[in-house]
Amino acid sequence: MKIEAHSPPPPGVQRGWLKQQRRVRTWPLMAPAVGLLLVWMIVPLVLTLWYSFQGYNLLSPPQGFVGLDNYVYLLTDPGLPQVVWNTLAIVVLALSTTIGFGILFAVLYDQPFLGRGVARLLVIAPFFVMPTVSALVWKNLLMHPVYGLFAWVSRSFGIAPIDWFADHPMMAIVIIISWEWIPFVTLILLTSLQSLDRDQVEAARMDGAGPFATFFFITLPHLGRPIAVVVMLETIFFLSVYAEILVTTVGGPGLETTNIPFYIYSRALLAYDVGGASAGGIFAIVIANIVAFFFVRSIARQL
Amino acid sequence: MRPSTRWLIVRTILGWLVALVMAFPVFWMALAAFKTELDAIASPPLLFFTPTLENFAEMNERVDYIAHAWNSIAVAFFSTAVAILVAAPAAYSMAFHPTRRTKDILLWMLSTKFMPAVGVLVPIYLILIWAGLLDTRTGLIIITLMANLPLIIWMLYSYFKEVPGEILEASRMDGAKPLQQLVHLLIPMAAPGVASTALLAIILSWNESFWCINVTAVNSGTLALAIASFSNPEGFFWAKLSAASLASIAPIMVFGWLTQRQLVRGLTFGAVK
Amino acid sequence: MTLKTLLSAAAFLAVAGSASAQTTLTVATVNNPDMVVMQKYSSKFEEKTGIKLKWLVLEENVLRQRVTTDISTKGGQFDVVTIGMYETPIWGKAGWLVPFDDTPDTYNIKDVLPSVRDGLSYEGKLYSLPFYAESTMTFYRTDLFKKAGLTMPDKPSWDQIAEFAAKLDDKANGTYGLCIRGQPGWGENMAIVGLMGNAWGGQLFDMKWKPGYNSDAWKEAVKFYVDVGNKYGPPGMVGNGFNENLALFSSGHCGMWIDATVAAGFLYDPKRSQVSDKVGFAQAPVEKWNKGNGWLWAWALGIPTSSQKSKEAKEFIEWATSPDYIKMIGESEGWVTAPPGTRQSTYDNPAYQKAAPFAKPTLDAITAADPINGTKDPKPYAGITFATIPEMQAIGNFTGQQVAAALTGKATVEQALDQAAANAERTLKQAGYYK
Repeated sequence: MKIEAHSPPPPGVQRGWLKQQRRVRTWPLMAPAVGLLLVWMIVPLVLTLWYSFQGYNLLSPPQGFVGLDNYVYLLTDPGLPQVVWNTLAIVVLALSTTIGFGILFAVLYDQPFLGRGVARLLVIAPFFVMPTVSALVWKNLLMHPVYGLFAWVSRSFGIAPIDWFADHPMMAIVIIISWEWIPFVTLILLTSLQSLDRDQVEAARMDGAGPFATFFFITLPHLGRPIAVVVMLETIFFLSVYAEILVTTVGGPGLETTNIPFYIYSRALLAYDVGGASAGGIFAIVIANIVAFFFVRSIARQL
Repeated sequence: MRPSTRWLIVRTILGWLVALVMAFPVFWMALAAFKTELDAIASPPLLFFTPTLENFAEMNERVDYIAHAWNSIAVAFFSTAVAILVAAPAAYSMAFHPTRRTKDILLWMLSTKFMPAVGVLVPIYLILIWAGLLDTRTGLIIITLMANLPLIIWMLYSYFKEVPGEILEASRMDGAKPLQQLVHLLIPMAAPGVASTALLAIILSWNESFWCINVTAVNSGTLALAIASFSNPEGFFWAKLSAASLASIAPIMVFGWLTQRQLVRGLTFGAVK
Repeated sequence: MTLKTLLSAAAFLAVAGSASAQTTLTVATVNNPDMVVMQKYSSKFEEKTGIKLKWLVLEENVLRQRVTTDISTKGGQFDVVTIGMYETPIWGKAGWLVPFDDTPDTYNIKDVLPSVRDGLSYEGKLYSLPFYAESTMTFYRTDLFKKAGLTMPDKPSWDQIAEFAAKLDDKANGTYGLCIRGQPGWGENMAIVGLMGNAWGGQLFDMKWKPGYNSDAWKEAVKFYVDVGNKYGPPGMVGNGFNENLALFSSGHCGMWIDATVAAGFLYDPKRSQVSDKVGFAQAPVEKWNKGNGWLWAWALGIPTSSQKSKEAKEFIEWATSPDYIKMIGESEGWVTAPPGTRQSTYDNPAYQKAAPFAKPTLDAITAADPINGTKDPKPYAGITFATIPEMQAIGNFTGQQVAAALTGKATVEQALDQAAANAERTLKQAGYYK
């Protein structure tokens, strides 16, 4: 498409034209996405809210409206503070691990080297595996203190194997989750590095900037927005970690690895208490909103 | 040795080390797929063993692999395609014509994912019953689409923001409508980003197991359901599970390899200047 | 006519012909080995009756949740469901299952073991037909016992088990004295700990529904469990369920293992066990109380009342749980893999007795298991290691987590059991048991 010169219209007309343009343009473009998500948000939310005020157990005849009963029962659970703490701990630990390694790997894979294409696919491989299967592979084939691979390795060195799920359950879960999600971060950041202005890098190099300076002053700022995106997306996923816990520690020992989704599952869904599960769901939304609020302050600027 | 060659060697070694460490558990699982159950949990772990195809044979006996794979492909493809069709215009609009509300809208879209699936299972199940969508591909496509839409919008937004606005502005001056700009200019320029987004969305949809297990039965189960049928608290299953998992990963690995080729450097934006 | 047209015409006719009179049943089942075999042989049923079957196969906890969600919201997805002794009485009471009060004489309902029949009934009506049943047994290594000069009595006590474990424990050589479940769960570690609670004279709930978890009996039992588990159990015990222990025992790492009777078939099979010629079988241990030492669990097939095809479903279920089916599996797959625990005729069969030396101990365990009268003090619930109340899963899972904490030293036994009791009380209060 060739660029042709236009004489700009008179100022007043131009502003009006632009405003009209904006109004006409964005609404139909946004409408499908906004519309779909609106429905997807409102319908389940309304239903869940409604159920949270009902005494509805799947196995018993419905009890009808019970007011705040479900919420009181939820909030007076002595284990709740630990559950919330666990949820946040998982998010923070997994975020820092995945983003830290993700950045390093993305930078490493940005520059070509021998066989980079294959190596890149291998680095992303963990994300292809289903979370349940990942957790089972780590639990039984790798981390098991009797017939797992790690145990065999440490025994060969004469060290007693670590009993991961008894002594370090939270760390074990974070390791599994991080391993699954580092590829996600790596891929997003690596793709974003594609649009890094190489001329700028070349100019900096000619000015005498070493690799670290280039990294901190050019690469990292360029990655600011994708990192913000990754943080927000991963936070959502990590807040709702469920499959890995179900299959390895089952929330234990004690409540050590019980997070909010697992708590909802084991207290409410297992007891078929839809009212309780709904109250739990609303509670999870509140916590997520609080977390998002904190992130928004620091990260929204980057978007 | 020139410093750049030294760097190349260091990067090659590091790059491969990282790749092998990250891929090792997958490799170990792939190995287990060809072992007998006893071999799979043998201690010390076996690197060399007599391989067998019995796990794959058993898997095919128990679940109809083709039917499940077809459902997986259909659900992943349609939900991602529709999502991108819906998300791209929205992301374009937010990236190049932002308003004061754009950031709020972005955050609101993400907030639709705040509710954990376990909390909303029964209400959704009831809706599906009412709509007659239980155990249908359509039902699963809709759910997957909605679940992934915020993700896709955010990612496309992020990649679109990296495309310099001048080129689009220039074409607008030439009279190009937004959709034309989007399709003919933006998407080709942001091709690596769109490809990555599509890949990640397809993987998430492929591996989506909670909804799949809970709203499908015998007609629309995906490979995630087939895999779930191998995890068992009463009897050895790790070799069979590994085999089922490997059979499930294979198609998307191939797809991933193909889209990876998109990650070669696109048009350099220095040319704009 | 071209060949292509002919072929398509033939195909069309074939499809059209078969589409006319075909009922399809949707079957939901667990992926235990016996069910996998049933799925394999179901083609014989399809040939015989022309009824087609479609299968949903899942792990038991997931299946239970899936089927409960569907049956309670009247989703109508399934015609045949695989349920156990936990759900059958609850769902029978709720009116969600079709009763089986009209089985034909050829089915020989009296042949089904009485305790199994009782466990699947509500108010005298049978709501599902048992596919296989299990209780608890002690498995031990005959060679290690001989080497240490020990003899396993037919019905040992837990104290004796502890003594044996001490003598058999040889960590340096990778042999652990006693392997038992440690994974948290109402059907996992709480299955074995529940038995121990009974064996020390305790119960899950007293007549006023007050939880028995923090009673003296339970405190002693769990102290014993934690003690023996830490001294003679394998590392990683807290992550070991049935499968992990099966893996350990069959690869020679355990001196003894106390778990489900169905393990016997695995352990005895040289293709699946490295110790198949060195396994001995005894009853589950007792202690201060000599009943309730073995649980009773059956997997059974039932029909949701929402199904439109209950007649065909009944046909299928009666086929799969009939003596003929058992005979067919016994003869084609080997008697060791015949579905155990449901019928007296299986155990009277000399071929079965010959192929399965664990047959008699299994039968004894199942017939001795009594869901109604197993504890020292009277109780308001049916069930041995679980109560057939809807709240049991959540309560049992929480208690299981607490016991796991005690096992790994994260809490004392007192703290763990007090927490478990407090949580159980809170749950029952919310559910209206204390009116």
